[in-house]
This record gives sequence, structure tokens and C-alpha cells, in this order.
Amino acid sequence: MKIVVAIKQVPIRDSQLRVASDGKWIEESDLSFEINEPDAYALEEALQLKERHGGEVVALCAGPARAAQTIREALAKGADRAIHIEEENLKTLDTLGVARLLAGALRDENPDLILTGLQSDDLGYGQTGVVLAELLGIPHSTIIMQVEKLNGSIRVKRELEDGWFQHIEIPLPAVLTVQSGINKLRYATLMGIKKAKTKEIRRVTLAELGAAPAATAIIERIYLPQKSKQTQIFEGDAKTAAAKLVEKLKFEVRVI
Amino acid sequence: MSILVALEQQAGKWRAMSWETLAAGQQLGAAMNLPVIAAVAGSGVEGLAKEAAAKKCAKVYAVDHDLLKEYTADGFTAAFEALVRKVNPTLVLLPHTYQVRDFAPKLATRFNQVLVSDVIGTRMESGFPVFVRLLFQGKLNGDVRVSGGGPYFASLQAGAWRADSLEAGSAEVETLSPELDASKIRQKPEAPFRESARAVDLTAAEIIVSVGRGIKEKENIPVVEELAKALGGELAASRPICDAGWLPMERQVGSSGQTVAPKVYMAVGISGAIQHLVGMKGAKTIVAINKDANAPIFEVADYGIVGDLFEVVPALVEEVKKAKA
Repeated sequence: MKIVVAIKQVPIRDSQLRVASDGKWIEESDLSFEINEPDAYALEEALQLKERHGGEVVALCAGPARAAQTIREALAKGADRAIHIEEENLKTLDTLGVARLLAGALRDENPDLILTGLQSDDLGYGQTGVVLAELLGIPHSTIIMQVEKLNGSIRVKRELEDGWFQHIEIPLPAVLTVQSGINKLRYATLMGIKKAKTKEIRRVTLAELGAAPAATAIIERIYLPQKSKQTQIFEGDAKTAAAKLVEKLKFEVRVI
Repeated sequence: MSILVALEQQAGKWRAMSWETLAAGQQLGAAMNLPVIAAVAGSGVEGLAKEAAAKKCAKVYAVDHDLLKEYTADGFTAAFEALVRKVNPTLVLLPHTYQVRDFAPKLATRFNQVLVSDVIGTRMESGFPVFVRLLFQGKLNGDVRVSGGGPYFASLQAGAWRADSLEAGSAEVETLSPELDASKIRQKPEAPFRESARAVDLTAAEIIVSVGRGIKEKENIPVVEELAKALGGELAASRPICDAGWLPMERQVGSSGQTVAPKVYMAVGISGAIQHLVGMKGAKTIVAINKDANAPIFEVADYGIVGDLFEVVPALVEEVKKAKA
């Protein structure tokens, strides 16, 4: 089975985010980046499927030059090769524009299965995989917690709300968006890191993929959310703050 | 020109978020001077459409077909595509449910549009809404402007609009039977199921102490469990903790877990991603303990302590015991 995993590089989870001076995006210069967490689970699922059924895992990433680090980590974990759509200014595109680039880069790949995380931790639109499936004319399913390969199709476990699940069978090729927690993530081994250095990363430019359409949805301004509640913060060392909170819980909230 | 509102039903029962979306439609309709058209898709949904027609809107469509009996992404995309082409709305509003997340991006793509997902508010500018949505797991907000002719698609987050502001009315009901081809519906769904009976009913708890990523390791869970015990409350967790298997799934609070509204909800080391907030923001009193003063959890918290949970929580346990003694 030939599996493509679409991954994205995002600021690391605990980053202190500051709005850039143009007000349109965050200040990136002092941030560190990592693989988008749901994409890490998608990659792991692809690697496990390959281990069970054989085939190839291709990592696909659209992002600036710095994304090469995340791509190399995917190769170190076991992806066989990678495609890097290298572009410094993807922010001028919307989801449809990025999905068109991904679809364009896959033109000659013909994978059996495309996996990606259910959403990105930065933009959080949660739709790149679904849009990609539509552009490629293949079926999809989202928020996947289990993948079982059948003959020419797959049976997936899709998460519904409130603790409900559902199994769905879909013919291949297909796109799945993977939920965090579907599997247990592996670490790259020293051997894997060494091997990754010799693996192929095919670089593709926007020019080669043809013009993406003008964005129809643009982030005009980003800002800190306004608080919906006035939070009373208890200051002081841990003991002082704890004592103040417990006093509130006892005499005002009356639960102690 | 109109605003089309997609209402969601499952097995003949309304999803409560549908009414919040319709309320948003009514408000935007008034602001933009556009009629609101509602629609519900499924098999045998005329009765539901009649119920919806008791709300203020110009028309309710029952998008009805045998092949819509069970939800499939292909079936619902085709049905809503037919509806949108017929109605030709300026704006399509949908509730941001798992089902909508599954098909609405595909639907928008058919119109060369992007679904503006997870919208928490709007701001009118020159007679048209700018959509406010969450970025970076709720740490920042973004204003999204759409352009290019439409129709525009937006999905609205739970709790962002209030269903109790819905205006009553009396609308006509029209049935639309889209042309659907069974061979083009590629997803074959089986019956939904629950993993196991829930042993823990968090919804009955008066006090919930919930733990998140800040706990760092499974071995540290007892630190927070101790506080739950001292307060006589239930221990719960955000999704990553249950994903990692540190606590069972049945203790998960959030959109994929349980929705709770206790007297006190104490969020320990939980940043407050929207998927978690929708499961607990109905709590009467929310307490947040987090080392990051900018964590979104503080946006909904009544009381907060900014600090290291490994210092704060043991101190709390001691103070609670003292207060109870």
C-alpha cells in the first residue's frame, strides 16, 4: 500500500505567542516549530499500516524552508521519502489554495491512501484533508480512530460526539483525517536519524505547481481574545494563593 | 439573496446546536436585511421541517431522500449542493458539529469557496459580516474576511449564539428531493455504537477536578487525584490525558467526552482548547490553575491561580483539609 501523509509544521505547543506588528499574524522569529500533533498520529498510523501490509510511506509538506526539519524527523521515524512544497509565503493562500498545491504535488503519485491530522494546531480550519479528497475526486472520512485494510477498501472507526463511534467502509484510494490518540507515537531511533540523511526529499516550487487561485477567505487581523468573565486571580506564593482560593470555595461558593 | 441555515438532526432528533445556528441566521438576516431560509436533510424529515417552521424564517426546506437516511459525506454533500444551487444564498450557516466538519469543507469546495469553520462571532462591516474565529487552540482570535462572490460558508461553534434568543414565526415548508445516485455514495456506514457502558457519570458530580497536559507524566496523576479526594469531587481529564491512557476515556470532558455543569469545575494544567471548553463552560464556578497567564482557560475562569501546579495543588490539598477539619 502506498500511503501519503500530509504533515504541517506549527509553533511548538507551549510557545508564548505575540501578535506581529502588522497585526495579521504572529511574530515567528523567536519561535521553535514542530510537527502538528494530529499529523504526528497520522504519520504513525501510516508507518504501522506499512509494517502490517508493506508498501511505501511518503511524507508531504507545504511550508517554508524551516519545515525541512520536520520533514527530516518524519523520515527519521520511518517515512521512505518526502515531498516538500517549499514556499515562504503560504499565508497568502487559504485552505483551498493549499489543498490545490498538495493535490498538484500528488499528480503523478497515485497513492492508495492519504492520511493527515484532523486539524492544525495553528489555523485549526480542520478541512485540508477533506478538500484534498474532493479535489482528487476520491472519498474521505474524518476524525478516524482506527484503520483496518480490507481487499480494495478500508474499514475505519470514526469518532462521533459524546463518546459514540461508527465504523465506515470506504473504497481505496481515499483520504482519512486522523484523530490524536489513535495510536502510540514512536520516537526516531539513532539508526532512523542516520538513515534519514540519505532519503529523498523532492522539492517542489509554487511555480512548478501552477498558480493557486486567489484566496477567498483572508485573516485580516489577529488579537488576544477578550475575556468573557472577570477572573479573580489569587496572587502570592502557592500557599498564600491556595489559602485565598479555599476561603472563597468555603465561604462564597460554599462547597467545602 | 438570502441566508441559508442548515439544521442538523440525528435519527429524527434535533441537534440542539441547530437552534443556535438559526438564531445566528436571524440576527445576521436582520443586520443584512436578508430573508432566512432553514433546511433539514434526512429521510422522512417533513415533520421536523414543520417544527422548524414555527421559528421566524421565510421558508424551511425538507431535503428528503431515502439515501439520506444514514449520514454519509458523499450523500449530504450532493444533497446540500443541490439545495444551495436552488436557493442561491449569499451565506450558508451550519452548526460546527462533527457531521458538518465531515462534509461542509467538501460542499464549499464545490463552489470554489472555503468553509470559515469554528466561528465564535461576527462583526458587521459595510453591511457584511467579518467572521471571528479561534486560532492557535483558542490562544488568539482572528477576523476572517470573505470575498469573491460567494456563496460563503461558515460553521458556528457551540455556545457562541444563544438559542433562547430565537424568534418565533410561521414559515412555509417545501420538500426538495435531490437527485442522488446510490453508486456515487462511497462511504458505507455501520450503526453508531458506544464503546462500553459508562461506569463514571461525571454529569452527576457537584465538584469536578480536571487534569490536563500540565501534569506532564502519568506518575503525577495522584497529585491531582488527591485534590479531588480532599474536595469530595470526581477526577476528570482533558482529551490528551485520556488519549495517552493515563486516565480512562470515560473521565474525559469535552466535545468528544462528557459535557458537565457542576457547581465547581477546577481545571488543573488545562490550557482550555475550545474542544475542552464546550464540555465544561456551563459550570457554575470555574477555577483555573495554570502556569501560563495567557492560557485560554482563564477567559472562562471565575477564579485563577497562575503558578506551578506541582506547588499549588499540594498547598490546596492542605488548605482544603484544614478548612474541613
